[in-house]
Amino acid sequence: MRTATKVRDWLPGFLLVLPSVIVVGIFVYWLILQNVLTSLDRTVTRATKRVTNPGGVENYTNLLGDDGYQHALFNLLVLTVVFVAGTMVFGLLWAVLLEKGVNAEGVFRSVYLLPMAISFIAAGIVWRWLLSPGKGEQAVGLNQLLAMMGLERFQSSWWQSPNTLSMAAMAIPAIWQLSGYVMALFLAGFRGISDDQREAARIDGATERQIYRHVLFPQLSPIALSALIIIGHMSMKMFDLIYAIAGQNSYKASVPATLMWTQMFQQNNPTAAAANATILLVLVALVVVPYLIYTNKTEKETRG
Amino acid sequence: MRNRSVATVAIATIAALGLAACGSSNEPTPTPGGDTSSLATTSGGAGGEVGVFTWWAAGSEKKGLDELEKLFKEKYPNDTFVNLAVAGGAGSNAKAKLASDLQNNQPPGSFQGHAGAELLDYIDAEQIEPVNDVIAALGGDKVFPKSLLDRLTVDGNIYSVPSNIHRANVVWANTEVLKNAGINAVPTDIKGWIADMEKVKASGVATPLSVAGTWTQLQLFETVLISDLGVDKYNGLFDGKTAWDSPEVKQAAADYKTLLTYANTASDGDDWPVATDMVIDGKAAYNVMGDWAVAEFAAKGKKEQTDYQYFAVPGQEGVFDFLADSFTLPKGTKNPGGTKDWLMLIGSAEGQKAFNLAKGSIPARTDVPATDFPPYQQSAMEAFKTNDIVSSIAHGAAVSLAWNADMSTAISKFYTTKDDAGLVTDLTAAAKKYLP
Repeated sequence: MRTATKVRDWLPGFLLVLPSVIVVGIFVYWLILQNVLTSLDRTVTRATKRVTNPGGVENYTNLLGDDGYQHALFNLLVLTVVFVAGTMVFGLLWAVLLEKGVNAEGVFRSVYLLPMAISFIAAGIVWRWLLSPGKGEQAVGLNQLLAMMGLERFQSSWWQSPNTLSMAAMAIPAIWQLSGYVMALFLAGFRGISDDQREAARIDGATERQIYRHVLFPQLSPIALSALIIIGHMSMKMFDLIYAIAGQNSYKASVPATLMWTQMFQQNNPTAAAANATILLVLVALVVVPYLIYTNKTEKETRG
Repeated sequence: MRNRSVATVAIATIAALGLAACGSSNEPTPTPGGDTSSLATTSGGAGGEVGVFTWWAAGSEKKGLDELEKLFKEKYPNDTFVNLAVAGGAGSNAKAKLASDLQNNQPPGSFQGHAGAELLDYIDAEQIEPVNDVIAALGGDKVFPKSLLDRLTVDGNIYSVPSNIHRANVVWANTEVLKNAGINAVPTDIKGWIADMEKVKASGVATPLSVAGTWTQLQLFETVLISDLGVDKYNGLFDGKTAWDSPEVKQAAADYKTLLTYANTASDGDDWPVATDMVIDGKAAYNVMGDWAVAEFAAKGKKEQTDYQYFAVPGQEGVFDFLADSFTLPKGTKNPGGTKDWLMLIGSAEGQKAFNLAKGSIPARTDVPATDFPPYQQSAMEAFKTNDIVSSIAHGAAVSLAWNADMSTAISKFYTTKDDAGLVTDLTAAAKKYLP
């Protein structure tokens, strides 16, 4: 009798989640496994008998030892650092400005959020023109804008400049696109803090700066952390924006994700692409897993 | 009571998912392939669907394909033509789609591939089958130039039926800009060309030469290679007879570097019309582009000679840098008989005339009367018959897709570093990877 009621307790819930467990199991975990297995293949071209991948761990060491791949990883690092820092700074700045209360706040909010509604690929087409590398007489896009403002000396070849940190320029469109999202996150955080706390702080004689520094910002740190994680892993898998701006075989703008496209579709080498994908997955996991552990812990604490 | 209703919902959800899964599992069952060794055609066609995969989705290319479709329906009423075109510049999107289709053993009836070494990737992966019987039935080397068939032949087998020919080594020049600079004659080598660019620059045009994104730079570099190496040594680059770090290649890299000092600053992702428009607008004197550029001039209402002129890249009088589109017979395709009907149409004189008149290219067959074509195409047809033919790197005739990708990356790298020694090193390394 007791067992029967127990089954009636858990079975419906279990059946309800079962479909998604199966679907996620197949389309996420089984495919990850397939990808890892593919990346360890030994491949030989069928007609000319040339070994394209030696197989096993050597596939990974070959890829990691490749100059082009190291260049792509370095580009990814530059892009991620600038992109994350940029979106956090601008997102927070806009959130603070809006939080202070302005007229027509709704308009500003839409203006800042709108870029996020545009797909990366469409934004990329426009930014390809804006970030055009021509200077002087050939200037178009941003460079032309700078010339019109009399700021010729700030003209740059952007992501195509010979500078090793040129990839930082590729972060400009990405920052433009996602700052609004970070702003929305922070704004929601600000709105979640009750006005009583500010009132109390004011009565205690705190200045506006002190209120932000000691009352509001500390309460935003969980939101800042989630924003950091979301933005950080987006930058690692960013493909469409870079592909739209730089084209297929750009060396200056190569990152592991664009390299994967080249390996898969141009070099006809799924094994190398799979190894690349696995490395990328590990990189993203390094960022996301600690975050998941942290949120799991804090959730338990609040519950308990 | 509440619990039971939850259970009902859960079970209903699972049932619905199960049904959906059944509904989507109608995979096509592979029918045993027909006999592919000898060509047995039925009048009116073999019947069934023929899916034709191309990147001809817009402009003159689409018009050409439409002509072919019309003709196919007329000649093979039993067959059903299915247009599988995927849009996107020079097939970049289409090739990605095709690669995944072939990987998943879902080949189309026939797909478009650049004739030449680009097919090697598919041959290597055993994804396409020889079409010797079709070529023989069409007339073989009596109707196709031998130099063209040689480039389609691997180990004695021919793997595709060419539909049209384009020329890649054409300089398009703005007549007005040249006149202002006092240039009246066509230069005969790269040195002379550079001297002319100096004159153009002195006349006040900041960028005498226009380039666009990476593949157009690769095309420009390939024409410099042809000029500096000559036909035989250039051909030797692709079978290992000419070393990629030979003095001539180094000279070509140095010349290419000099040429770029006269060029505009392009973005890696720019497409070719950006550069061709610079010549049309008089912002540049020269642009090296394939003969499809003529459509861009025509579209902007420009007249030959008075507004623009064209000539072979200096040092290449009598050299035809060719690329061709061709159609294949994928391994394991569902309807090989229908595919062969399509290939017979593509290779027939009638099909080639209809298609090329609309597309603006020239027929691969030599027995199509030139008098039906406009002047530029007539001159190109004459040149194709008489000139030395070399294969284009940028357009898949000379090197495989994978090798092309490595060379493109090297060219893109050079564009920012301007390190010609580094370019030669990278190209040598790429060649070592792919040369047999």
